[in-house]
Formats: sequence, structure tokens, C-alpha cells
Amino acid sequence: MAASTIPPCLLPSGDSAITVEFSRDIDDAANQRVLALDRTVAREAIDGITETVPTYRSLLVHYDPLQVGFDALSEKLIALAEQPVPSVTNTRRWRIPVAYGGEHGIDLEDVAKTLNTTPDDIVARHVAGDYRVAMIGFTPGWSYLSGLDKFLHMPRRQNPRLLTPAGTVSVGGVQAGVQCLAGPSGWHLLGRTAVRTYQLHRDPTFLLEPGDRVTFAQVDDKTFAEQDRAAEAGEIIAELITS
Amino acid sequence: MTALVVSSIGPASSVQDGGRPGSQRYGLVPSGAIDRLALAAANTLVGNAPFAAAVEIGPFGATFTARGGAVRVALTGASRNADVAKRPIISDSSMTLADGETLTLGFARGGAFSYLAIEGGIQGEPMFGSLSVNARAGLGSPYPRPLQAGDELQVAASSAATERRIELPAIGDAPIRVVLGPQDDEFSDDNKKLFLDSEWKISATSDRMGYRLEGPAIKHLHGHNIVSDGTVNGSIQVPGNGAPIVLMPDRGTSGGYPKIATVISADLGRFAQIPAGRGFRFKAIGMAEAQKELRNFVQLIDALPDRLRDIEHFDLNLEALQDANVAGSAVSAIDTHTWETKAWHVTTPD
Repeated sequence: MAASTIPPCLLPSGDSAITVEFSRDIDDAANQRVLALDRTVAREAIDGITETVPTYRSLLVHYDPLQVGFDALSEKLIALAEQPVPSVTNTRRWRIPVAYGGEHGIDLEDVAKTLNTTPDDIVARHVAGDYRVAMIGFTPGWSYLSGLDKFLHMPRRQNPRLLTPAGTVSVGGVQAGVQCLAGPSGWHLLGRTAVRTYQLHRDPTFLLEPGDRVTFAQVDDKTFAEQDRAAEAGEIIAELITS
Repeated sequence: MTALVVSSIGPASSVQDGGRPGSQRYGLVPSGAIDRLALAAANTLVGNAPFAAAVEIGPFGATFTARGGAVRVALTGASRNADVAKRPIISDSSMTLADGETLTLGFARGGAFSYLAIEGGIQGEPMFGSLSVNARAGLGSPYPRPLQAGDELQVAASSAATERRIELPAIGDAPIRVVLGPQDDEFSDDNKKLFLDSEWKISATSDRMGYRLEGPAIKHLHGHNIVSDGTVNGSIQVPGNGAPIVLMPDRGTSGGYPKIATVISADLGRFAQIPAGRGFRFKAIGMAEAQKELRNFVQLIDALPDRLRDIEHFDLNLEALQDANVAGSAVSAIDTHTWETKAWHVTTPD
């Protein structure tokens, strides 16, 4: 309990943002505190705060210094961060279908070889995981998940790929990820999902929220193709298990 | 329909406005104009709201043609040779293109980006409240990508208002001010001093995501990998090769390199306009001073309408001429007759 109540460090990020840092490492307890402070700040509706960006280990608070100064806001944030982390009662849990291996997950075989096991074992371990959206960042909808099976922890690729497909489901370091848009990545590609975590003109535009729980379910290539067409037409595809 | 047709344009040119803050928690960066003062000045010249959408024009030349009616526009930002149907025009002023006339802009001199605001704004479909182009996210209107030759911007018909110029504070070459942090403790005092005391240049490989700096290598105390955290416009991150990158409006919302300092909001546009290869320095200031400068900057933008002048009533003194940033090789900055006969000739629509 003591470790979780160490006050965070407040670091200036220029004249219009403060980084509230709970840890320098990927740390589940710190991420819980980040998400808790994020909820508290949203609930308190503090004058001058324009938006918040939760990450693994810190909450970036953007603010308007014409409304609230650095010192006053820092004091307020320290006070809010000292509040005990409330238990989360209404966590959403999503089931996200994934087509593993083959053309959809070109690194699955190599990951299995590196870890001295079979592709099926990798898939089984990945599907068995109970994940939390620790942060969303880099590009729209790129969801970083904590909760990856320790067996699947492995260094990122030496040479990042310049282009990986939309919907890629991958692992890198101690993290699992679901990326929405095609783009560069240094992670190991295990599969693809038809789920768009970001889709313009769909309600909701952004499917996942930081703090949401995620599990994966394996689907075959044919199902993936059907789901991909439906997703393109605006269907959410991901299954909301609890709300 | 009246349109401004992009007849030719170089890379790094796109429609930008004040941006779309509010969705960074989902990985969506705000984008928006890289030089907000220049955007606001251009819009003010044609009576638009300061952060309405305008064309942000990269360092290369461009031509725009009015079609279907007269189009009133204003040009600010980097100095360029500029003319409308061979009539030289000055920077920081409005002008009207008669139907079929072409505005020709040369390469940027003494800057990187120019802003072409159009009276009545650019018609498009706002996405998250903004027309700004963010090509990676498929956002931007009327085109979700940089502008290309042949693109057409639908605009309001010209009002035949009097042409104006705007007097902006001299830019100067004072150091770019920064606030240290958020990860300045990842660097030794010697390396922080090296960062603050050295002359830097902006690499030609810079873009709207980030400006790469050329200078001494800045070394980290504990290696260059940190766990990703949030970024802001002006974050100065130092990757493994020690060459700092200043994050710009199309940055990633999170990043995994230590950030030694952050360019203050009031200086970010001025920094963005430093031409590649020109030396400049940073200066660290305190938070109170940085926020005071931001208040001054916001007041400057709010009071831009007070800086409008009728072109006809321009007081022809040498200082004003220099401030006004004479554009057009046919015009001499000190021979006022060339100004009166050429630069001041303003057409109004029929």
C-alpha cells in the first residue's frame, strides 16, 4: 500500500502541460494510478484543464495557463493524486477476434522458434491473456495492452518494419498491441483483427478507452475476411462482454 | 461556384487551421498550422476568425488561379517573390485575384512556411472540428492529404473590401526560448550546458512531425530508451544518436525518447520559420516567464485587427518599408516611386 501512495513527480512539459509521473518503468500499479487520476480529473472538471493523455506511467495534463498557473495546478494535481485509488466498478471488457499466423501474422512461426515452442502454443498463450488498455498513442487507435504472458516477452525487432498492415495484433517487449492504421512497427506480428479501434464516421469513432479490458478470440481466415467487410461498412465487430 | 485552383504547388503544403485538440488520449494528434501567428495574421487581413483554415505553403513555389469569380486572399509568413498577373505584391497584405488571374509565389526566403488565407475561409467538412490535414489519420478537408496541382478550394465570392496590410512585430533572431524538462534529469549538467550553449541548425529532412537538429551529440545519462509518455508541440526529444528532434504539430502523441526541454508556445512559430542551415541558439527560461510570454502572444493575436492598415495610407518611411518585407524583384525597398506605381496598385473586382 505504501508504494502506491508515493506522491507522483510533477514535470513541466512546456508552458501548457504538466506530466504527472508515477513511475519510470512499465508498472501495473503505476498505470492503475494514472488511470485513476485521469478519471478523477475528468470528474472534478478543473478549470483550465483542456485534455489529459494517460500513458503507462504518467498522465499528461494539457492546460490553459491563462486560466490556471503551473503552481496552482500542480498543487491541485498532487492533492488529487493522493486520494486512494478507487476500485473500478464499471470496467468494459471487449473480445477481439484475431486471425493468427500465415499472411496475417507473418512473425508467428519465428516467434515460436525463438521461444522453442509451437505456433499453436503461442496463439493459445496470447488468447488466454487478460489484458488492459494501458494507453492509446503514437497513431490514432494504437492500443498498448498490459497483461502479456511473461513467456511471450521478447525484445522488439532489430529492424523495425516501415509498413505493417492495419489491424495488426502484435507483441513487443512486455507489451501486446492492437494497431488500427497501417504504419511502421518494430513489434512481432502475430495476427490481424478486423476490428477498427478508430473509424471516422462511426459511432463511437474510438472504440477502446484507456482502462478497458481486452481478451482475444481466434478466428479463421474466412471469418476474418467476412468481418473485415462488415467492419469496413461500420460494424464494430468487437464483442462487448461486460459493461 | 467560385474556386481557387491550385495550379502548381510543392511538397509540404496543406490546408491547416487551429487544429483539433481533444483526442490525444486516443492517439490523434491535433495537427494545425505550424506558425499560428502567421495563420492568424493572414486570416485577420481578410476578416476571418484568426484560426480559420488557410493554405500552409512549404518552402517551394506555388501558383493559385481564381476561377468563377474574384477571390480575395492574404499572404503572410516566409518572404517570397510574389505577384498577381505580374503586379508585384508585398508580404503581410491582402490582394484580390480577378477571375482567371494567377497568384505566383516564389521560393521562401528567410522562412519556411507561408499562409494564404482566403476571404470567407475554405469550404470543407470539419473532422473533429477542424479542416487540418493529418494524412496518416486520413483526416483533412477538402483533401485528406497535402495539396497537389489541380486541387480546387471552394471559396466565398470576394467582398470587394479595401485591401489591407498588417504590421507585425519584427521577428529578429533572438534565441529560441525553452523550459527545461520533462526529462532533463536524464542528461548530465555538462550535456544540458552543451545543449543550451551550442549553435544549432535545422536539418533539411525536417517535416511537420519533427524538426531534426544538427549540432553536437547530446549524451544521455541512462540510455535513450524510456517508457513512452505523452508529447506536446515543441517537445525536444533526444534519440540514441544524440541529435535532438523538436516535435511539431503532426508529432506522435507519445514518444519513447527522453525530452530535455520544450520550446515555449510563443516561440514555436518563430522556431518553425528558421530556414534549414541557418544557425540559432536555445535559451532556458523559467515557467513564470514562459507563461507571461504566452499571455503576451495571445494578446498579440487578439489585437491583430488593431494592426491592420489601409495600403493607400501607408506611411512611406524607410523603417516601415523594411518592416513590410518587400516582395517582388521589380520593386526597390528604398525607391518609393516603384512602390507607388507598382506595389501599391491594387485591383478590385468588377
